[in-house]
Amino acid sequence: MKSVKYVQIPAEKFAFVPMEGRTHDKKLETKPIGYFKDAFIRFAKNKSSVVAAIIILILVLYAIIVPMTCQNDYTLSLTDTMYLNYAKLPPKIKGLEWLGFDGTSRKTVNNATYYTYVALGIETGLDPIVEVYRADYNDSTASKKTTFYDLKVNNYYLMGDAVGMIYMTLTPDQYEDIQAWQDKTGIQVIYPAIQDAKQTSANVWYVVDKKGAPTLKNGELQPQYKTTTPSDTSYHSIRIAADNDPEKPLAYARVTGTSTAKSYVCRICKYTYFQYRYNCEPCFAFGTNGRGQDILTRLAAGARFSFILAICVSSINLFIGAIYGAIEGYYGGQVDIIMERISDILSGIPFSVVTVLFQLHLSKKVGVVGALIFAFVLTGWIPMSGRVRMQFYRFKGQEYVLAARTLGASDRRIMFRHIFPNSLGTIITGTILVIPGVIFSESSLTYLGIINLESSTMTSVGTLLANGKQYLSTDPFIIFYPSLFISLLEISFNLFGNGLRDAFNPSLRGVE
Amino acid sequence: MLRYTIKRVILMLVVFLVIISMCFVLIKLLPNKPAEQFGKDMQLIERRRELLGYNKPILEQYVIFVQRSLIGGDWGVSEQLYIGQDVWAKFIEKMPATVMVNVYTMIFAVPLGLMLGIYAALKKNKWQDHVISTGVMIFVSVPSYVYAFLVQYFLCFKLKWFPFQMNSGRDFFSWSMFVSVIPAIISLGFGTVAGLARYTRAELTEVLTSEYLLLARTKGLSRAQTTVRHALRNSMVPIFPMILGEFIGIIGGSLIIEQIFGIPGVGPLYIASITSATPDYNFFMLLSAFYTFIGLASGIVVDLSYSFIDPRIRMGSKK
Repeated sequence: MKSVKYVQIPAEKFAFVPMEGRTHDKKLETKPIGYFKDAFIRFAKNKSSVVAAIIILILVLYAIIVPMTCQNDYTLSLTDTMYLNYAKLPPKIKGLEWLGFDGTSRKTVNNATYYTYVALGIETGLDPIVEVYRADYNDSTASKKTTFYDLKVNNYYLMGDAVGMIYMTLTPDQYEDIQAWQDKTGIQVIYPAIQDAKQTSANVWYVVDKKGAPTLKNGELQPQYKTTTPSDTSYHSIRIAADNDPEKPLAYARVTGTSTAKSYVCRICKYTYFQYRYNCEPCFAFGTNGRGQDILTRLAAGARFSFILAICVSSINLFIGAIYGAIEGYYGGQVDIIMERISDILSGIPFSVVTVLFQLHLSKKVGVVGALIFAFVLTGWIPMSGRVRMQFYRFKGQEYVLAARTLGASDRRIMFRHIFPNSLGTIITGTILVIPGVIFSESSLTYLGIINLESSTMTSVGTLLANGKQYLSTDPFIIFYPSLFISLLEISFNLFGNGLRDAFNPSLRGVE
Repeated sequence: MLRYTIKRVILMLVVFLVIISMCFVLIKLLPNKPAEQFGKDMQLIERRRELLGYNKPILEQYVIFVQRSLIGGDWGVSEQLYIGQDVWAKFIEKMPATVMVNVYTMIFAVPLGLMLGIYAALKKNKWQDHVISTGVMIFVSVPSYVYAFLVQYFLCFKLKWFPFQMNSGRDFFSWSMFVSVIPAIISLGFGTVAGLARYTRAELTEVLTSEYLLLARTKGLSRAQTTVRHALRNSMVPIFPMILGEFIGIIGGSLIIEQIFGIPGVGPLYIASITSATPDYNFFMLLSAFYTFIGLASGIVVDLSYSFIDPRIRMGSKK
């Protein structure tokens, strides 16, 4: 070693340390960046994760807000058969008709059905036929006398296969009430009764032959309304234009029952009846399902249920898994081996077996949902405990733990005050990633029919899928929106989870 | 190595036995009285159940179950689904459909997944990689039944390329049968392709940036040579066990896909055995044992295959 020869520093360059006042390091001008802040900055740089987080936020808000604002008897009830009349209506959004959300669909119908559509338009002014693609052609597979029409129809005026009109039996009070509403709004709900005593179809108000095809006169339909006498004043509201003979007014109801308990069988237009009953025109942004329930609110209610279930399960999992994993990882050795075998056995049981057994054993005591949560929790905490265990193995040999132990900290304190906060990033990521898993499993189980969550006040995304699958080929929108929801949810949760993991643990970036 | 294998197998058998015992006790604890129904001879049913031993104490039934089924291999007859038929024979009869669909899926999904993964890794951070990675992200996340709906709606209903359901019958190698399972293969395969592509890409990119590849390149090997001879082989070390595990796991089939496409496999049988009014004990036990065994066995095979592929890995060693 060669001694360094310093240049001599002249004495005047030295100065005494000032005694008054204190010397400081320069104060930090920027704010210090903590662990979570650092993670957040990293997360915000990852654009796809941020987008995913926003999508999740929108989905969650949708699940919270929509059931709160739109919930009414109509969306939730399963028992009223009236709703069945509004089943399978395609999506319609006011203002977005040009995008295809206009409630129309393409249909091929035969001659007789075509005229019921035309008749509906003539009688009520709600013409269901938007466009005729191909008229009056013969199909080689059907009989030669039947002709067919390719139409673009407005399903909101048609209201299903039964077409716009139905027979409805009303009490005198209801009858009066509808009339009062008609007078007030000028919208007609009750239409004249027909002579046809058999009441085969409420839509056929014109003369037909045996096959159901209309007998035309000068190319026009021949009405066959029932008439009554001027002394009958039970109906005193809006009348149709053809009803202009004061000597022979049309009857607007077929009166049945005894003289003390009368009831009126009326022809009701479904479209205007909806307006009467719910004070708005029927218009469903996501359409209606096979039972006539609005998919928009139903899906939101299902999503809310799925979210709550997932959050419950993942927080219970977090709690159990963290404690179990912490004990395993911290003590290690014999304790670890025994506890690992226990979780091995639990995780070996197929999940469907667990669910079924819990459903059969517990659902009578704690309800279907309770049993489902039990089933999820029974095996769900195992991955979490594994994650926590790894983190504990990683940190327990480090110096700060040794230091804490030397200072006399108890095991519990070291575990939960010193090591646990360090593994928090991994644990948060794990908890977030459990949520889509739970929603996916729930939807699979309901879809398979292993659990049944359908009731008047409850539904889930899986239930909507399971109920919609029978309409896949005829009305695909019923299954489309729940599928879209669950796909979006899974994709964005995965992206979000990956972003979180990268943010908390940059060394793992790029590793899937 | 042998020691480790034996240890793992014994441990697996113990776990298997515990799970099966739990399933047995739990299913037997259920209230199980067939509902009275018009046209059912309740006395006859009661007599049959008596003879089958369903009225004995559960412990006694358990001993009989272990002796007859687990050791003797006689899994009994069905009581609900296929009354009086041998459960094992029915199970074997249902097996080929499940295996066929899954083998076809693997045949098409594994090479495709590997190819996409390798391509994405080689074109890392170029547009090809971004396209594949985005696609993979979507396909990994979206549940398989959503593909099933899409496939059924567009390919089966709109375009009419394939039938809605799998053909019935047992001619598993005919062309029409193959065409009828294509929708199921596609729906099952998406997830596998995407998962494999993602994993392969991650492994291969890691290997491609390692130092020995740089050395190989400086020695004068071409890019193709280094990739095929060095990078690919090394990246296969974790990928191959994954394929193997998937292969075994997939024999268990996908309950949902089998139900949607009407595949007469073991999946629907399992669901029927537990969702019927009174559970079909023997089917339930056989199928639970089957699924549990598949799950445990695939874990072991994956672990053991590591050391066969890469002798440097010593499973179960202390270090």
